[in-house]
Amino acid sequence: MSATLPPPASRLSPLRKHTLAVLVNNESGVLARVVGLFSGRGYNIESLTVSEVDAVEGISRITIVTIGTDQIVEQIKAQLGRLVPVYRVADLTASGALVEHELALIKIAGTADTLQKARRIAEDFAAREVDSTSTSFIIEMTGEPEKINELVVALQLLGLVEVVRTGVVAITRGATPL
Amino acid sequence: MTDTAKTLTGAEIVLQALVDHGVEVIFGYPGGAVLPIYDALFRQDKIKHILVRHEQAAAHAAEGYARSTGKLGVLLVTSGPGATNAVTGLTDALMDSIPILCLSGQVPSHLIGSDAFQEADTTGITRACTKHNYLVKNVENMARVMHEGIYVALNGRPGPVLIDIPKDVQFASAVYAPANGYRPKSYQPQTKGDSKLIEQAVEMISKATRPILYGGGGIINAGVPASRTVTNFVRETGMPCTLTLMGLGAVPASDPHFLGMLGMHGTYEANMAMHDCDLMIAVGSRFDDRVTGRLNAFSPNSKKIHIDIDPSSINKNVLVDLAIVGDAGSVMADILTLWRQKQHRLEINNWWAQIKQWQAKDSLKFKVDETIIKPQYAIKRLCEKTRDQKTFITTEVGQHQMWAAQFYDFEEPNRWMTSGGLGTMGYGLPAAMGVQVAHPDSLVIDIAGEASIQMNIQEMATLVQYRLPVKIFIINNKWMGMVRQWQELLHGCRYSESYSETLPDFVKLAEAFGAVGIRANTMQDLDGVIDEMIAIKRPVIVDVVVSERENCYPMIPSGAAHNEMILGVEDEGNEVSEEGKMLV
Repeated sequence: MSATLPPPASRLSPLRKHTLAVLVNNESGVLARVVGLFSGRGYNIESLTVSEVDAVEGISRITIVTIGTDQIVEQIKAQLGRLVPVYRVADLTASGALVEHELALIKIAGTADTLQKARRIAEDFAAREVDSTSTSFIIEMTGEPEKINELVVALQLLGLVEVVRTGVVAITRGATPL
Repeated sequence: MTDTAKTLTGAEIVLQALVDHGVEVIFGYPGGAVLPIYDALFRQDKIKHILVRHEQAAAHAAEGYARSTGKLGVLLVTSGPGATNAVTGLTDALMDSIPILCLSGQVPSHLIGSDAFQEADTTGITRACTKHNYLVKNVENMARVMHEGIYVALNGRPGPVLIDIPKDVQFASAVYAPANGYRPKSYQPQTKGDSKLIEQAVEMISKATRPILYGGGGIINAGVPASRTVTNFVRETGMPCTLTLMGLGAVPASDPHFLGMLGMHGTYEANMAMHDCDLMIAVGSRFDDRVTGRLNAFSPNSKKIHIDIDPSSINKNVLVDLAIVGDAGSVMADILTLWRQKQHRLEINNWWAQIKQWQAKDSLKFKVDETIIKPQYAIKRLCEKTRDQKTFITTEVGQHQMWAAQFYDFEEPNRWMTSGGLGTMGYGLPAAMGVQVAHPDSLVIDIAGEASIQMNIQEMATLVQYRLPVKIFIINNKWMGMVRQWQELLHGCRYSESYSETLPDFVKLAEAFGAVGIRANTMQDLDGVIDEMIAIKRPVIVDVVVSERENCYPMIPSGAAHNEMILGVEDEGNEVSEEGKMLV
């Protein structure tokens, strides 16, 4: 309820999108802990991806895109950091240049004419065709989320019937690992 | 395999691990899904089991045990309702950072997810109210999870841990792996403060002209030496000090540097000093809303140093200028050592002169009546009559809790057990039970309200069964006093459901349980009743009939700042802001 109070001046730093990398022990319930923390404390999740990255040590890497003021993002990092199965939390956005990519599968259906137009646009975006029938095709696109957004908009009136996206995975540029 | 390796059942591994970690007593209640552990308990004599009457009470008893000893408190409950009944106690321990371990039975592995009898998704339900929890699916992991769970409960910022154990895992056998200093790889809290930051802190302190130390429950959790260190720091620097509800006892109440508790019902001098200071040193405290009042008017002109073992407490509610992550005792010891080396001196006579003026307001004053017992007076007398012996105080939640915090003087840490963060009515009696189990020869008193006490009154039977001579000192005003006080302040004295039309006869109730009941009706009775209560070496309920209309002052109304305190009834004209009404 304190949200109804005017925020202290220090909290008025602008809202920014941050991409966080969280290394966790790959144990049951760990994703529920992370997601529960965000919902329980009222933080935003723009996207979240998770997969094991080290099968020997049993470590998974979660990539979370969130939006908040600097203070809120600091809080999110601290709250994630104190979860017992969490090894490490890194704010990739704060640590410099990164590659942020997402994969989308897009299904187009329609007449031969619209399919042809849609194919041309897909080619412009360097999307790869992974399935096709006489009345439809599916393209796969990987790249920055904004690029995928643009493709989706471009295809909207050309028979786009279904979109599925993985959410962002991200890695810092350069030779140094996380 | 070494010759010390032994094959045990899951149930035996649980108990062996408890023994290896020095656990001597557990609080619990049996049921179908924990019968193998109860059977193992029956066949050993190292761990004592206290049979409670409700699982919530087992959790609070474990909290009382833990808070009064600094050790781990343990409870054992069955699946389904056993575990859900423990949820309030787990949440309480999470909010107040109390190290307890809840062992819960679960339906056998192959039935999990089938909506079996007494099945509940216990790890799902308790994920948000434990520091960490585990479901043990394989008996091979039983020992490791016990060692890890106990480590997690006790280290870093302490808290509740739950281990859910399916019944088949309790029956299955595995080789017991001893603890051998086991540490979870992914959880390594920082206890030692950064030396550069400690140098900066000492530098900042040396320049202060109006400093204050604001200490919290983290000092108590850091152990008795931490309280001694903080006390020495306050004495050697000469700076004033205030403590949160959870921190009371960290610095002796009689110490002249202590300004009393701060916050919503704290003293005028403590809150004014917080508001006007130029340097605040927060030690093991978390800028709770009950402490800060209106955030954008909180201590506007001070530099703030925050020392806490939990990085997420830092900059959560209030932005600070210097943050030191570490154990309160360790960091304060480093600060004190450096302070001595540098031979700094504070020039704060003017600051103390100002504080003396605030103290002269005597914000805890109340009018004593000749016949009717004032609640504040009853607690004051209780304090005076029990301070010559080792006394532990617990409370329920409400006005009596605040009066206890204001009028009972705590000279030592770990003597004061109260539900601070969660505000759990029904906490005090079971917590006192846990304290008494840990300190069988000490005087343990639950200062209660007549409403709260009914929330776990069934534990009277436990007290009688185990001959635990807990004293229950009921401040009986027939009202849910704090609710009524807020209705007066915010809701035009419309007393919606805050009056108890019927109450049990507490004297007869005590007798029905096999305990002793006595009553103080008037001022003439009070001293004699307190003396009698102390003299009886059995559980006692004292029903202290107090004036009904008394309210708890001073008070920072919701949404107000530290320097906008209401000192008494005569101040009450001040309207609470619309924003303030929204706050709890």
